[in-house]
Amino acid sequence: MYPFAFTKASDTRQALTAGRDGGRYIAGGTTLVDLMRETVERPRTLVDISGLPLREITVTRRGGLRIGALVRMSEAAAHRGVRALYPVISQALELSASAQLRNMATIGGNIMQRTRCTYFRDVTAACNKREPGSGCAALHGVNRTHAILGTSDDCVATHPSDVAVAFAALEATVHLLGPDGERTVPFADFLLRPGSTPNREQALRPGELITAVEIPAHPRPLKSGYLKVRDRQSYEFALTSAAVALHIRGGVIREAKVAAGGVGTVPWKLPAVERQLIGRRPSDALWTKAAEHAADGARPLQHNRFKVELLRRTVERQLRVVGGGK
Amino acid sequence: MSPQPQAAVGAPLSRVDGRLKVTGQAEYTADHDIDGVVHAVIVDSTIARGRVTGIDARAANAQRGVLGVISHLDKPKLAYRENQGAWLDPSVGERLHVFQDDRVRFFGQPVAVVVARTLEAAQHAADLVKVSYDAEKPSTDLTGAPENDPLPQQNYARGKPEEALASAEVRLERTYRLARNHHNAMEPHATIARWDGDKLTVWDKTQWTLGAQGELAAVFGIPSENVRVISPFVGGAFGNALRTWPHSTLAALAARAIGRPVKLLLTREQLYYGVGFRPAYEYGLRLGSTRSGRLTAAVHRVRGETSRYEQFTEGVMVPGQMHYATPHVRQAYRTVPLDVNTPTFMRGPGYSTAVFAMESALDELAHELGVDPIELRLRNEPEEDPSNGLPFSTRRLRECLRVGAREFGWHRRNPRPRSRRDGDWLIGTGMASGVYDTLRMRSEARVRLESDGTALVQASTSDMGPGTYTSVTQLAADALGLTMRTVRFELGDSTFAPSPPHGGSQTMAGVGSAVQDGCDKLRQEAIKLAVEDERSPLHGVDAGDVVVRGGRLHVQGNPARGETYRQLLARHGRTHLETRGTFTPAGDDRYSMYAYSAVFAEVAVDRRLGLVRMRRMLGVYDVGRIISPKLADSQALGGMVGGIGGALLEHTVTDHRDGRIVNAGLADYLVPVNADIPDLRAVYLDGKDPHADPIGVKGLGEVVQIGVGPAIANAVFHATGRRVRDLPITAEALL
Repeated sequence: MYPFAFTKASDTRQALTAGRDGGRYIAGGTTLVDLMRETVERPRTLVDISGLPLREITVTRRGGLRIGALVRMSEAAAHRGVRALYPVISQALELSASAQLRNMATIGGNIMQRTRCTYFRDVTAACNKREPGSGCAALHGVNRTHAILGTSDDCVATHPSDVAVAFAALEATVHLLGPDGERTVPFADFLLRPGSTPNREQALRPGELITAVEIPAHPRPLKSGYLKVRDRQSYEFALTSAAVALHIRGGVIREAKVAAGGVGTVPWKLPAVERQLIGRRPSDALWTKAAEHAADGARPLQHNRFKVELLRRTVERQLRVVGGGK
Repeated sequence: MSPQPQAAVGAPLSRVDGRLKVTGQAEYTADHDIDGVVHAVIVDSTIARGRVTGIDARAANAQRGVLGVISHLDKPKLAYRENQGAWLDPSVGERLHVFQDDRVRFFGQPVAVVVARTLEAAQHAADLVKVSYDAEKPSTDLTGAPENDPLPQQNYARGKPEEALASAEVRLERTYRLARNHHNAMEPHATIARWDGDKLTVWDKTQWTLGAQGELAAVFGIPSENVRVISPFVGGAFGNALRTWPHSTLAALAARAIGRPVKLLLTREQLYYGVGFRPAYEYGLRLGSTRSGRLTAAVHRVRGETSRYEQFTEGVMVPGQMHYATPHVRQAYRTVPLDVNTPTFMRGPGYSTAVFAMESALDELAHELGVDPIELRLRNEPEEDPSNGLPFSTRRLRECLRVGAREFGWHRRNPRPRSRRDGDWLIGTGMASGVYDTLRMRSEARVRLESDGTALVQASTSDMGPGTYTSVTQLAADALGLTMRTVRFELGDSTFAPSPPHGGSQTMAGVGSAVQDGCDKLRQEAIKLAVEDERSPLHGVDAGDVVVRGGRLHVQGNPARGETYRQLLARHGRTHLETRGTFTPAGDDRYSMYAYSAVFAEVAVDRRLGLVRMRRMLGVYDVGRIISPKLADSQALGGMVGGIGGALLEHTVTDHRDGRIVNAGLADYLVPVNADIPDLRAVYLDGKDPHADPIGVKGLGEVVQIGVGPAIANAVFHATGRRVRDLPITAEALL
């Protein structure tokens, strides 16, 4: 680990000042400290923001949710409002990591977490994300767990978060606070596809701080759920996953929100699947038909071709689980 | 056998060291606090083949607290004498000589070691060492790589296998592939080395204190008696601490160079390079059979990984020679030299690999013939060892199969694949048998009864997890007629009585028998002292009529007549009684000795997503006498968990472009977690093996891992109708 300075911010103003001076924010530390040990991350200054007042979960007047950036994963998963309004969020959280990690890691940190690509995490391997211009060892290397969507020749790493897949499906917004004040960014624009700059992962300006993630109100009743497919039953990242939320009224699907994880360089919203669903009546045939579009545009690599079919089946399964069928 | 009443042996006792372990007081190697110790961190190569052309240690040396950076550039003198005692090491080739030249033989090979006052300083300085290389293209892929010339023992034939195969009524030809596995014990390998003149003391993670002693003496060119190895607790090893690896040498080398005691701990990542692994295998098997399912011929073609500098071989040929009555057999076992470090023994070594291929193939044959898989095995059960004609000491595989079938509910099974479903899950059951050698080696033990009536037993063996501390104490307590609390067993010190390697399931047979012998002798000595002593209430009693219970010697059937060890020793003015127990296995070849298992698995396979999840597992074992039932269950269940890992998850993945292991860590090398482990149950056939050793045990730790993989693969076939011949079985094979 490289030497670093450590400061603790007692209010947001202090945090922003330290951030503006190049400090890296740390809350739960479950990703950053690991990466510092591996010398992937070498921050000069850490700014501990865990004392900031960003730990509230509020249900908005219209039935949406605002989750403070420093809410722990375990707190969000257990929150009554979250469980009642968006089971997909609590399920995604509970299927993540381990109990110990969920008790430390925060929602803001979760969406900031960096890829599990083992070449990224091995400083002796080529990685454009870690060292721009050094190449992508995964592209023609061992890439079973890598992305099939949103990739570029410079990077094929997946975004590892589960709850971010739920946020993407539900069209959340990210609340930011920076030296120039507050702003919000749609979740779809917050996490960046790699393109030719895989080292740029979020639409954050220097020194900006995530303050909350807001889930808009969706028409009720809304059924939702998260499915995570992985080799091991627990404590592993997804091979594929699906977040599904459906608003069915009068026997017809009025709203459909679907996103996939484990397959994209960012949580992968599936508008083509959603379009197939809206205005139609739930049926097994519909789930299969809609899910056929789940891997549209996929660009599989040598070892992850199976993800194309697995993704379709994952989405099909979760549509059925949420929307009903046998 | 001892005439003593059995009280502790056979009782489901908890570990005597359990409290120490769960309260963190058990000191594993790196926990030892040695005065003046400094810390070493290895810098390892980032190429798999080539030469080191330069080492720039300026930045590292400039760090505060850094005491030195050592590499081949310092030309450290190491004797690397031939080590006659290292019979476990490969017989062909030469062990890695650290820092003796500029050659890189595998990715992750140690190329320098940094020593600093603190661990943190050493770690950071190690990151700052810049190594330059002249890299060559490595070869690390078993598939298609050329083989070593075989050693004579790597070919085996009996009968006329090709002719028998050609004329067989039914033929089967299959290839099975098993991924490389790493041991991944919880405790990382670590060594603390301290020199006092030309005497070396090491605290080392080892399964064989005497092996480490001999190897370090050979490497440093000093007499064995100058080396002391201390290793009281081992946090899991699974075979990987049988050998003395380069890091132990490096710790001692650094300690010598710096003139301070040095602690060296491998990182989790380094455990994938710095110590051994279970080699990847390709196992080609051709079977010939009659229509009624009697095997007539078997031809085995086995290829396993090894390094370029040593030919590692293991017992992969044994099951194919002895497990089933097969008149015509040919085996060709070849090692494939690659730019990797040398593999080593891992739980169920060799046997586990062979049994996966054989038991999968038998399941395929059973399906093809329409014969029940258990029935097929019964039809091929040999009456004597087909490889040498010897009678079996005990072979109760038939009973294992029958008991297993009954306990598992095998008869309710519809043999048709894909015949059971539970929602999205296809349910299947499968079985396999297993076998492992009953190893026995010469062992000794020191037994000492103190005048306060407590006893101390010592042997240089290890306890890597099976519970040797406890089970040996159980034996000693009964043999001495003491309670568990009044007997202390010490192990893990090369100055103690000699023990064989703590591996191959032989510790109870050897060390246990030596302890039994020592305790019997001591008890008899005490009894003799009493019955010949006019002042003893036991005077004149036939020594054979005296038993000892709770530290009190008395006439069998008349507890009132007797006295305690304390009284006896006090009266004689003795501070203690001491004996040395020995066990020397019968050198004869009168019996074929193996432990056996029947394993039954039930799996669920998601019909669309391809996920395999365990539902339940049963193992039935013919392992001779069970000394410590609770620890036996720990062993058996742990073995099943290891087998489940190997079948479904474990896979060391190498990037063959440069020889790097891409999943060198527990986040990416998957082992089962609790959620993967279903209802597991172990059943032991009651009884003992009268020929194996005086205490009647055959060894348990290995056989419980063997047969698990094929039982699962066979269950997956039954669930899905798909035969997966490559381990681990992952979703993509079943989509």
